Amino acid sequence: MAVITIREALNQAIREEMLRDENVFLMGEEVAAYQGAYKVTKGLLQELGSKRVIDTPITELGFAGLGVGAAMVGLRPIIEFMTFNFSILATDQIINSAAKMLYMSGGQFKIPIVFRGPGGSAFQVSSQHSQALESWFAYFPGLKVVMPSTPAYAKGLLKSSIRDDDPVIFIEQERMYGNKGEVPEGEDFTIPLGVADIKREGTDVTIVARSLMVPVALKAADVLASQGVSCEVVDPRTIRPLDIGTIVESVKKTNRVVVAEETHPFCGVAAEISTEIMERAFDYLDAPVKRVSGADVPMPYAKKLENLAIPGVEQVVAAVREVAYLD
Amino acid sequence: MSKQTAESPSRARAEEQSATGVMEEASVATFESGLDKDRKTIKQQQKTRVEGFDRDTLLKLYYQMLLIRRFEEKSAEAYSLGKIGGFCHLYIGQEAVAVGAISAIRKDDYVLTSYREHGHAIAKGMSPESVMAELFGRVGGCSHGKGGSMHLFDKELNFLGGHAIVGGQIPLATGVAFAAKYKGTDRVALCFFGEAAVNQGVFHESLNMAQLWKLPCIYICENNQYGMGTSQERAMSLKDVAQKACAYEIAAEFVDGMDVLAVREATERAVERARRDFLPTLLEVRTYRFMGHSMSDPGNYRTRAEIERYQERDPIKLFSASLKEKKIIDDAGLGEIDERVRAEVEKALRFAEESPEPPAEHLYYDVYANPITTAPEEN
Repeated sequence: MAVITIREALNQAIREEMLRDENVFLMGEEVAAYQGAYKVTKGLLQELGSKRVIDTPITELGFAGLGVGAAMVGLRPIIEFMTFNFSILATDQIINSAAKMLYMSGGQFKIPIVFRGPGGSAFQVSSQHSQALESWFAYFPGLKVVMPSTPAYAKGLLKSSIRDDDPVIFIEQERMYGNKGEVPEGEDFTIPLGVADIKREGTDVTIVARSLMVPVALKAADVLASQGVSCEVVDPRTIRPLDIGTIVESVKKTNRVVVAEETHPFCGVAAEISTEIMERAFDYLDAPVKRVSGADVPMPYAKKLENLAIPGVEQVVAAVREVAYLD
Repeated sequence: MSKQTAESPSRARAEEQSATGVMEEASVATFESGLDKDRKTIKQQQKTRVEGFDRDTLLKLYYQMLLIRRFEEKSAEAYSLGKIGGFCHLYIGQEAVAVGAISAIRKDDYVLTSYREHGHAIAKGMSPESVMAELFGRVGGCSHGKGGSMHLFDKELNFLGGHAIVGGQIPLATGVAFAAKYKGTDRVALCFFGEAAVNQGVFHESLNMAQLWKLPCIYICENNQYGMGTSQERAMSLKDVAQKACAYEIAAEFVDGMDVLAVREATERAVERARRDFLPTLLEVRTYRFMGHSMSDPGNYRTRAEIERYQERDPIKLFSASLKEKKIIDDAGLGEIDERVRAEVEKALRFAEESPEPPAEHLYYDVYANPITTAPEEN
């Protein structure tokens, strides 16, 4: 298997799916001539042409809506937000049009579209350019929300998202584009949506982590292993629909859970996962579910404060020790 | 109209003309005064237009307008009886716009519009039965009772809704036009919206993209002068919506929305431009709604006298008078059409009343096209 970055894996996924299906096109700010603000779309304009790889004006609501309209009549748009921070401008079309079209048309108009781009915390770009928005989108029935944490997941999940007939919010972690990993060869490699992956097996505590928190959780598990605590790390990969079955099975085995996330705690995805666990596996819990979330503040600029706002290995270790009643 | 406002759209069109040679004679300078013309002058203009159409076409247009009028009257009645819920925005007074414009396109062309869309749906060929049943929230409705009055859809007829966020359909229609061109077809998209939607940012975003990428989208602003209870003059810094087209170098035209043939002719010009040269057009169609914004509108923001003044220009009365004077039809013929229309509306009402409510299991249908089951069976 080739070892490539998440950035390269995403590029391969887009390229392969565009070669596979002429109805797939890519649109967004700086995706073509500039080769992508984060170079995810590098080379695609040259290979696939300006009809299918399209630079837009800075007009997020407009091109998001244009994509939904194109999807209504049979195209399969990939709409890139330069960062998901700018998707906030496009939420009317994502939520009121893309998510609801199939339902309110009585099943007549499916919307096969992928809204993708980097999200989550970035490096020292302050409050408006550094935030995790998955709990917003995951709230809405009709949307699917996907967050890859490895190059293989990035490629396999993006290919599945492009082939899916529903609107998919595909959030790539901005800090993770350069992360490397093995990716299976072959254009047929896909990963189904809605299936969690057990990243590390363990017996004492389950850590549910997604996106940037997956490598954090794995490091924490290493630290905890040296302290005699065996952690199971579960990455849901798809936030909606959530593979709660895999999470619950893990909890039934370990009886203790920590849910780690970058988002603000209030109304976050971890709150939802915690509730699902309580509803489905209350009798298996030996301790209350513990959340590790981003600080409940807008992202600060100063490096020291920024580090304090994003959960790290230490917080996850402390949370695991707390639910294991070790301290 | 000031000289400046009169010239701006003309300039856009003049440039358009030089680029494509397809622009027709400007009507910008003449329309504004047209609204103030007496009924006699307007009739004279329409009578001249009548000469350009065959009898079948003229009578079909008349039938459709009357069908929409009677359908809406019946909707109002059913709403008062509590048979229709939620919001219900009637199209009475504006019939000439949907009927005239949609009569200028092919069956395989697309229509997208706002929440005041019963008329557009019927003009696009949807059966009054399926529309009325949708208003009643019945399973026989075009959206199986899931959408209601504001979300009518018919995929087979390329009627793409029915959108209830003001201006929301504008980028969607732009995308439909994008797809039509992308797929190598010569189809066009008609996008209807009210003048209040023009104040939404996405109107401007869409027009910019449409001209930038040469998309076959025809933007039809139905200027009925009120966004809910707020008059255009209290909401828009410019008097003329069409003038905004020059900001995007889009061809624009003012159209008398009370004259179904004027609407049709202007749309035909726009359609030709879209089909042949992939160019968008903005039509500002001046019209007036005789009823409130919705069924719950107290109507205290305009006077009875104002409504009556526009009712003198009632597009259906105007058209029937023109048809009679040009000997296309006589009173007996008009009476016969009215009977057929009433029978069709009664049939729609019966269908809606007899159509069952959606079964409970439909609540969870059609949330996803590719549903994924993830939850384990409950213990």
